[in-house]
Amino acid sequence: MPGILSFGAYVPPTRLGFALMSGGAPGDGGPERAVAWSDEDSVTMAVAAAINCLRGFERASVDALFFASTTQPFAEKQAAALIAKALDLRRDLRTSDFAGTLRAGSDALSAACDAVAAGSVGNVLLIASDCRLAPPGSALERNFGDGAAAFLIGAPGAIASIEGSYAFSEEIVDLWRAAGDTFVHSWEERFVVQQGYSAGICEAVKGLLTRLDADASDFAKFAIAAPDARSHKAAAHALGLSEASLVAPCFGQLGSAGVAFAPLLLVSALEAAQPGERLLLANYGDGGAAHAFVVNDHIQKLAPRRGLAWHLAKRRAVPRYEHYLRARELTAREFPEGAGPGLSATVHFREREDEISFLAQRCKACGALQFPAQRICESCFAKDAFSRVRLSDKSGAVVSYTLDYFFPTPVPPTIVSVVEVEGARVHLQLVDAQPDEIHPGFPVEFSFRRIHSKGGRPNYYWKAVPRARERG
Amino acid sequence: MKQDAIRDKVAVTGVGCCPFGENWTKSASDMIVDAAYEAYADAGIVDPGRQIDAVFTGSIYSMRGPHECSDALKLFGKPVTMVSNYCATGTDALRCGVMSIVAGLYDTVLVVGYDKPKDRGVAGPSVMLDRVRDLPQTPASWFAMCAATYFEKYGAGREDMAKIAVKNHHNGTLAPNSFLKREISVDDVLSARMIAWPFGLYDACAQTDGAAVAVLTRAELASPDAIRVKGVTVIAGPNPQKEPGNDFLSWKPTTWAAEQVYAQAGISDPATQIDVAQLHDCFTLTELLSYEDIGFIEKGSAKEHISDGRFELGGALPVNTDGGLKAFGHPTGATGVRMIYENVQQLRGTAGARQVAAPELALSHNIGGHPTACGIAILGRA
Repeated sequence: MPGILSFGAYVPPTRLGFALMSGGAPGDGGPERAVAWSDEDSVTMAVAAAINCLRGFERASVDALFFASTTQPFAEKQAAALIAKALDLRRDLRTSDFAGTLRAGSDALSAACDAVAAGSVGNVLLIASDCRLAPPGSALERNFGDGAAAFLIGAPGAIASIEGSYAFSEEIVDLWRAAGDTFVHSWEERFVVQQGYSAGICEAVKGLLTRLDADASDFAKFAIAAPDARSHKAAAHALGLSEASLVAPCFGQLGSAGVAFAPLLLVSALEAAQPGERLLLANYGDGGAAHAFVVNDHIQKLAPRRGLAWHLAKRRAVPRYEHYLRARELTAREFPEGAGPGLSATVHFREREDEISFLAQRCKACGALQFPAQRICESCFAKDAFSRVRLSDKSGAVVSYTLDYFFPTPVPPTIVSVVEVEGARVHLQLVDAQPDEIHPGFPVEFSFRRIHSKGGRPNYYWKAVPRARERG
Repeated sequence: MKQDAIRDKVAVTGVGCCPFGENWTKSASDMIVDAAYEAYADAGIVDPGRQIDAVFTGSIYSMRGPHECSDALKLFGKPVTMVSNYCATGTDALRCGVMSIVAGLYDTVLVVGYDKPKDRGVAGPSVMLDRVRDLPQTPASWFAMCAATYFEKYGAGREDMAKIAVKNHHNGTLAPNSFLKREISVDDVLSARMIAWPFGLYDACAQTDGAAVAVLTRAELASPDAIRVKGVTVIAGPNPQKEPGNDFLSWKPTTWAAEQVYAQAGISDPATQIDVAQLHDCFTLTELLSYEDIGFIEKGSAKEHISDGRFELGGALPVNTDGGLKAFGHPTGATGVRMIYENVQQLRGTAGARQVAAPELALSHNIGGHPTACGIAILGRA
């Protein structure tokens, strides 16, 4: 029976307080939502969640990567292929993007389970990630959140087996974003909640329970997607679910993280799950979908990892609403952000192992680690004798740094560092840190980020981020 | 390397330099003509088409290559070469000219350094976004990378760097062709807006337009008292940002170039033998580290020597007597040749209010790139 072998999450540490949105002072402690910063999008968050998911697992064991999101950065060009390269996965990999609806994660999960059950693949890395943009000042802006969840789906050794799924399709225009639109649009809120949300969740959950011949009380936890806290509560009430059986939806902390929302709540449930417990995940969007899991003994062997609780505890309040607008490119500018000829796609292709997979090279003659790839060893002159070494899951330390006040960024300065990783030196921007905490020796790890949008398309590379005290 | 191959074989018989600055009404050609004709007059060249055998020019912003220089001066029917080597460009053009004479190929060559950055419409270096790696790509953030480490190890700080800016601004007030002629205070430097920590606006040199020219002649054909080239070299170094083990306390190209050029010039104790020096001060920290890297003082001791005034005009070893890149201005390709212009005047005793007492040996130094290239030239009295 297919199941979940591992999980991981990512929530951007940047939090936008509701008070800021209505012109108030920042002040910590009030309700807030997670916002992807200017160098983050559904792809970068997906990479981070996947790295957390794959800790302790061989990356070569992944046979397929399914990426679910409504906010793929490209309309044409696959996100899953880019994410696979950033994760340094195998070349003979099946990659697919699932898109267009909030239940895309369910669609991907069903496809993954079917593929594993059919024996056509061993392990599927499933990532749900979303970074939806709401009109400034709208109710959607408060209720949205950004984040990603990743699961390794396979058969033997599952921490939670998938007992069954149920899905249905409906034609409804409740929430939509037409091609070329910047913001998600919404029809009248009561219609959206009643016909789009509540009807979708209830029919999916009831359908699944009927299919399994089970009762709601058979399940320990329900991870239920929702557009807002009130609707979540109302749907749970309609289904007759007890308060204690609901995975806390984290409104006022995270926000409704689109395709990633219910998967993030499932991560939260798995973090606390005990063997024998049954869990239920429910999604909505153009209909609905629900999946039932039973937790296995293996869950006790899975090393602690960076899940939802870990990420919610790691937060930095945005001090000014204008910073958020700048970070999401919602302020007027003299020239479009992507203006200019952009990067050479030829160079990008040639250097994809360095820039996307973040592979250094180790000299076979003297053992020195160097970045980026080069023909002649900088230490011993050996020629063309190197093995590749992935840096993205290693950690390093700042050798030296400066603060650049001119490089374009929503809130200057840009922290620029030279980082040492096992002897290799890498020049990287350092983010998610305050300038006054940086010093030579400052410990860092690495994060895949959007560097700029020259050429009208996102261009990615790695940045340094403070090494988390808790490795997860 | 044949150590004495260069020493005293080549004379600098003429120098010229246009006013450096925001030369809105002058083209690169205009500036080249101004500097070259000053150098012609200085060298006694009356028929350049016949008297000049070859031209070595250096620029990093020129899009037109060596033709821009040959066309400006109408020097056709002879070799014209363009050199590009970051901030060491001017010194490298000089080196090529010196080598061509030492090799016995030519009797008299023209060295032309120039750049015209102010035609680009940006105040400083352009923001480069044509790649994703190694950003930001700005000289300020490259050179600032030695600050945190040096400050931590040797206890120096922004105040020590500020004194260098104050000194160079003062010297700039005494140089007729300098861009900035305004005294500043340490407080001005410390309170200026930040560019790249720890560099504020006044820690950065002034990017300007400019051209400088030197006429080189085989020594035996020059007058007996013409200024001689004692040594010149340009050295490549690794990118300090990816060099394994780099301690970010010094820039190796300067140390390596100094070792080589001192051997060429027969100098064993630069701290006492060099009488005046033009050191690359693209940023105040560049000059500070270069005092040490070039062997004028011990590593880590710059703070004390700055405080003692050793490098001021009246000090034991005056540095950047014409205001340096900071106040005279920095048209990248011209800077190395502008330093030759200043050192020739110092050695001849014609530097006016900036004159250093009876110098015998004068050194000029450029370091550029990440920094990845260093050029040093030593001139001396015959």
